[in-house]
Amino acid sequence: MKYIDEFNDPDLAKRLLDDIHATVTRPWALMEVCGGQTHSIIRHGIDQLLPSQVELIHGPGCPVCVTPLETIDKALEIASRPGVVFCSFGDMLRVPGSGKDLFRVKSAGGDVRVVYSPLDALKIAKENPDKQVVFFGIGFETTAPPNAMTVHQAKRLGITNFSMLVSHVRVPPAIEAIMTSPTCRVQGFLAAGHVCSVMGTQEYPALAERFEVPIVVTGFEPLDILEGIRRTLKQLEEGRHELENAYARAVPAEGNPAARAMLADVFEVTDRAWRGIGVIPGSGWRLSEAYREFDAEHRFSVGDITTQESSACRAGEVLQGLIKPHQCEAFGKECTPRNPLGATMVSSEGACAAYYLYRRLGGTPAPAREAAPVG
Amino acid sequence: MCLAVPGKVIEVEDRDDTRMAKVDFGGVVKDVCLAYLPDIAVGDYTIVHVGFAISKLDEASALETLALFESLGIMDEEFGDQWGRAAAEAGAERPAGTESVA
Ligand code: SF4
Repeated sequence: MKYIDEFNDPDLAKRLLDDIHATVTRPWALMEVCGGQTHSIIRHGIDQLLPSQVELIHGPGCPVCVTPLETIDKALEIASRPGVVFCSFGDMLRVPGSGKDLFRVKSAGGDVRVVYSPLDALKIAKENPDKQVVFFGIGFETTAPPNAMTVHQAKRLGITNFSMLVSHVRVPPAIEAIMTSPTCRVQGFLAAGHVCSVMGTQEYPALAERFEVPIVVTGFEPLDILEGIRRTLKQLEEGRHELENAYARAVPAEGNPAARAMLADVFEVTDRAWRGIGVIPGSGWRLSEAYREFDAEHRFSVGDITTQESSACRAGEVLQGLIKPHQCEAFGKECTPRNPLGATMVSSEGACAAYYLYRRLGGTPAPAREAAPVG
Repeated sequence: MCLAVPGKVIEVEDRDDTRMAKVDFGGVVKDVCLAYLPDIAVGDYTIVHVGFAISKLDEASALETLALFESLGIMDEEFGDQWGRAAAEAGAERPAGTESVA
């Protein structure tokens, strides 16, 4: 349990919390879409500082967690091939495929490299013309423009030994899928700030209207999250359901037009399977026809993949907010960050990892909510 | 990887017809592509995601965020030794050839 004096501005945190406590008159369930926000919430105990009627449901916004098992297995298979340099962000290294992960592929002699930026992978390709250099292009709308630019550059500079294994996902179709699910309990959304830094906010008013849910664009720092929660609860109590931007310092309404133009050129919308959840129509991007030659799935035939997900893992339910991580039988027992059964236990954005790291429940159910220290 | 981290633009140049910058993230300096924020200049603060500037930010907010990230160990997660961290989490030896951070 963390206390508000650990916030960078405890006075402001207290004012926000006081206002939240004064606002709430009945039970509400909010979903934070983004895994980075989930980590911030659990790390700072924000859920435990809220009125007991307010539940935070953790959403599916962890790209590492929702990358389909089949794609992970393809990555592992390509990375194991001689002559291939497989480049990835560091947080994919321990995501379990059907049996192994990139870390083990590297330990077994595969040429797996961690890069900070997709452009680093392109540089490796330029410097190693005799190798096939593959970049694992995952992520939400924030990561898609850097990856799009990298493929665009590869084409422009004629770097033909570069390709990308693409598994991009988009937030709005996921919100739609969550809201149309029969088990949906979500009454308001904290939308992911940096996604909106790129995409702007114009995709959201129609969703807020159609499903009668407030959607509040929210940042990642504890105070940002409190402010996002406060504004969402205000709307709910007042019977409003609008798009609001609580992260205006980094999110202009139009997003980043140059990035959006590049996305439209390099990618096209496609149906995408989300690990543990299933196919969500229109929820992904793949390389468009003009860039298909840079598609690693195209370049390397990786047929015949038989995926095998751990039968104990309930990450799909965690990602849809149907259960909390510690309600999974395997949590903290068979499944730990050292020995993860599901991707949600490894990622720095995964909900299971957040609960394990910051709320050591050791597999037991959550204790009854402690009294909030304020309000 | 999902995070975007604010930093200060300390140098701007064109490389292969692309606007690039050196950005200082509280001591760690990285190459950053400015293609999506072409108007940014030396001295400005920007939010950077996987080596791309995506949005401008005022100095006070940037410094506040940097201090918070530093105190939470997030800067190390973002820029530190990824293989070492993965090895520690896995309880395994770090794979051969990963001794340098990149
Ligand atoms: S605790 Fe482990 S096994 Fe259970 S849902 Fe999370 S990742 Fe899967």
